[in-house]
Amino acid sequence: MNRDVPAAKLAARPDATSEPRLNEFSLVVATVNGSGSQTSNMAIMRALFRMGIPVSGKNLFPSNIQGLPTWFTIRASARSRLARHAQAEVLVGMNPETFLEDVANVPPGGVCFYADHFAQGLDRTDITYYPMPVQELVRQANPPKELREYIANMVYVGVVAQLLGIELEAVRQALMTHFRGKAKAVESNMSMVEAAAQWAHDHLQKRDPFRADRAAMTEDKILVDGNTAAALGAIYGGVSFAAWYPITPASSLAEALQEYLPELRRDSQTGKATYAVVQAEDEMAALGMAVGAGWMGARAMTSTSGPGISLMAEFAGLAFFAEVPVVIWDVQRLGPSTGLPTRTSQGDLLFVRFMGHGDTKHVILLPGSPTECFEFGWRAFDIAERLQGPVFVLSDLDIGMNLWMTDPFRYPETPMDRGKVLTAADLDRLGSFGRYADVDGDGIPYRTLPGTEHPLAAYLARGSGHDEQANYTERPEAWERNMLRLWRKTETARQYVPEAIVDRADGADIGLIYFGSVDLPLQEARQVLAEDGTATSSLRLRAIPFGDEVGDFIRAHAEIYVVEMNTDGQLRQLLQIEFPVEAARLRSLRKNDGLPLTASWIADGVRRKERG
Amino acid sequence: MTVVTEGASTRAATNRIGLEKGDYRGRPTTLCQGCGHNSISSQIIAAAYEVDLAPERVVKFSGIGCSSKSPAYFLNRSHGFNSLHGRMPAIATGALVANRSLLGIGVSGDGDTASIGLGQFIHFLRRNVPMVYIVENNGVYGLTKGQFSATADKGQVIKRQGENPFLPVDVCQIGLDMNCGFIARSFAGDPRQVKELLKAALSFRGTALLDIISPCVTFNNRDESTKSYNWGKEHEAPLHDVTLVPRREEIHVEYGEGEATLVELHDGTQLMLRKIGRDYDPTDRRAALHLLEESRAQQVLATGLLFVNPNQPSLQEMLGQVDRPLAALRAEDLRPDRASLERVVAEFV
Repeated sequence: MNRDVPAAKLAARPDATSEPRLNEFSLVVATVNGSGSQTSNMAIMRALFRMGIPVSGKNLFPSNIQGLPTWFTIRASARSRLARHAQAEVLVGMNPETFLEDVANVPPGGVCFYADHFAQGLDRTDITYYPMPVQELVRQANPPKELREYIANMVYVGVVAQLLGIELEAVRQALMTHFRGKAKAVESNMSMVEAAAQWAHDHLQKRDPFRADRAAMTEDKILVDGNTAAALGAIYGGVSFAAWYPITPASSLAEALQEYLPELRRDSQTGKATYAVVQAEDEMAALGMAVGAGWMGARAMTSTSGPGISLMAEFAGLAFFAEVPVVIWDVQRLGPSTGLPTRTSQGDLLFVRFMGHGDTKHVILLPGSPTECFEFGWRAFDIAERLQGPVFVLSDLDIGMNLWMTDPFRYPETPMDRGKVLTAADLDRLGSFGRYADVDGDGIPYRTLPGTEHPLAAYLARGSGHDEQANYTERPEAWERNMLRLWRKTETARQYVPEAIVDRADGADIGLIYFGSVDLPLQEARQVLAEDGTATSSLRLRAIPFGDEVGDFIRAHAEIYVVEMNTDGQLRQLLQIEFPVEAARLRSLRKNDGLPLTASWIADGVRRKERG
Repeated sequence: MTVVTEGASTRAATNRIGLEKGDYRGRPTTLCQGCGHNSISSQIIAAAYEVDLAPERVVKFSGIGCSSKSPAYFLNRSHGFNSLHGRMPAIATGALVANRSLLGIGVSGDGDTASIGLGQFIHFLRRNVPMVYIVENNGVYGLTKGQFSATADKGQVIKRQGENPFLPVDVCQIGLDMNCGFIARSFAGDPRQVKELLKAALSFRGTALLDIISPCVTFNNRDESTKSYNWGKEHEAPLHDVTLVPRREEIHVEYGEGEATLVELHDGTQLMLRKIGRDYDPTDRRAALHLLEESRAQQVLATGLLFVNPNQPSLQEMLGQVDRPLAALRAEDLRPDRASLERVVAEFV
């Protein structure tokens, strides 16, 4: 039992006017990284999900292996308002280094659980404190020394579960998921959870309004991170070659490929792999290998983040110009340079769109959730092979590494599109072949795959100037012909990429344009604004180049806000290039501090600008 | 050897798969007259013809530079990829993993391999990607009009840059360090040896590294340069007389006990290394290291097969991939069934 806190503090009561908060709160666990708290945080989050309560989790972690502050934010919301919440209505303070700051971030009426050996920060009278005798309970449980620190984090799971009403059975199921059914690991953690819950039951009295209660709002949802979803999407899209280099926050995408491929993609007769995954020596090599494999006819991909994208620029230009299908996932982090590797951003948009010297324009897909990471995971290969060129998929750290409550993945309903590939029989029939000839007028040429047994099949792919036969040429007219065809192809691309998602509100003058992980806070902000009587429409871009719906949306709204997570307003710049007549009307709402946006920041921004 | 003899017949001779030598040609070269690279291209054509390679089963690779232009000048009926400066290894790795049924021939230069591409080169060797990796080594950048590359001799002088103060990179030594299973050095002025080594390399399963000294007649052909014709001619010391004996031919070449070494390659062909003057065992890695040191100290261009070890798994074998080309897999091989997705998704709770 806590010996340091005066009884008066324990008796402090929250604001008497506070309403009961059933299934509607934000919970922040402040701890140090490398202490195993992730297991505990996942247990709380999954347990809430298992209880049928909509939930989200954002891990704000340092670029470090062990010992620096980490905050894990869980939001439970019966109204499915799951964007990051800036305040810790329920704080679990486990890190003495940050405790004063953490306590200051608790709003009046909030709750603070804390390890009872903390001596400072316990003097607020407008919040409820609950001490947790972490050291004492761990001593009593007496776990093996090497597990002590990990088990200690289970103390807060038990205490918080007891006070908030999280079912212990749901915690057990959550641990089963986390430890993949390893009973021993589940039991050693669960016994600590139970002991802590029992202690809380015996010693703490509930004095706060926050409560979790079983609901039925998650049955048709799943909990998954975008990198796992992307890897699975790629697998169901038939990825046959992947090369990668370790980088935060993209590593877990390639690691998920390596985890799931052996189970899902064995040859039924021989048991051998119908894929190859190569860890390259750097990102240049990673994309280079993928380009080589894509040229050969494999479904080839790589995955990386900012610094890797920078290294890939030369190969991206080659793939664009030599017209090689390849899929590149960029799980964006905060830059420039090394930047903040464990923080999220949407700062690669402009660079990736024009990545490469000369006139280069890339197709970009913009998933807004793990479900879309799955869908674009397979669709990207179809688009790349159809258009014969690189397709970038820009996810970000928030989507990629955090668990999202999201719709289950839908099995691909369309057959694979392998694009315009000529076989030996085709060549017999046609009697001639020009690799870069625009036969169909859509800018997309026909290709042959190496190994095609026909004397007409071969060509020498090259990044140097070439004519329709792929032969080197420096003739000005041949160069222009080729570049104009590539331009036609980038126009053709519009019809093959996913359309924007438009949600028009009746009578709305305000239109919000955005993409990616901004979806959660933006849709929540629209609800908040609607409650104030401000109707807004939204358009979520899912690809570049833009389709017709984007211009229609801009013209249909008197006020357009482009909401994004970068410093330069990159999406707005792209829209201004595309819609020069409307350029001055495109207002920017942008923030780039490494954290996922909050609904209140967006709503306030709109209100502020509307007031002028 | 089959030769097209003038006037003897209106019909050109054909090899065992019915192709004429002309079927292995490329487009006309645009390299300088007398460039060693052109001689190497000719030997690639001759070797491919003589070992009856189906050109459609070959895939060519290169980076950027004079040497890297040359895949346009041989095997017109083979697909090829003239890629980025120093990045041939990456392109070739991905392509050959994606289609293990094809035979790779890569042509690079000393700038491409030992300067800008040294990292990729090393990792390519380390992974044992099955490909004939030819370094057309002249110690100088030609297309940019004469700058030192990383294989330039210390003390070498060229017009614009003066004297080179740095020791050269020895690509064969790097090959040994990376456990490359086939390391040969030759000289473009010795076309017969080049051709026989090429034929052997084409039968090797794994990376076969050929460092071919290929003089640049325009920028680095001064007599004192170890990459010049005259130096090569005067200092070449072949380790053995190399002959490739295809599997289809009975070994009727006579050799006395202890006079020749026979190395059997994966497809059953045999490489006969007939001794010339010295006792050299190319299966002994330490002997190869010693030889490189010795020839450097004595300023000798030791040519021939420096090292061979056919018993290392290739990258595709290490990856455990199916025998069929990954690139040829169809949708039913590539997309797991609907039920499997339901199983996977059921875990996301």
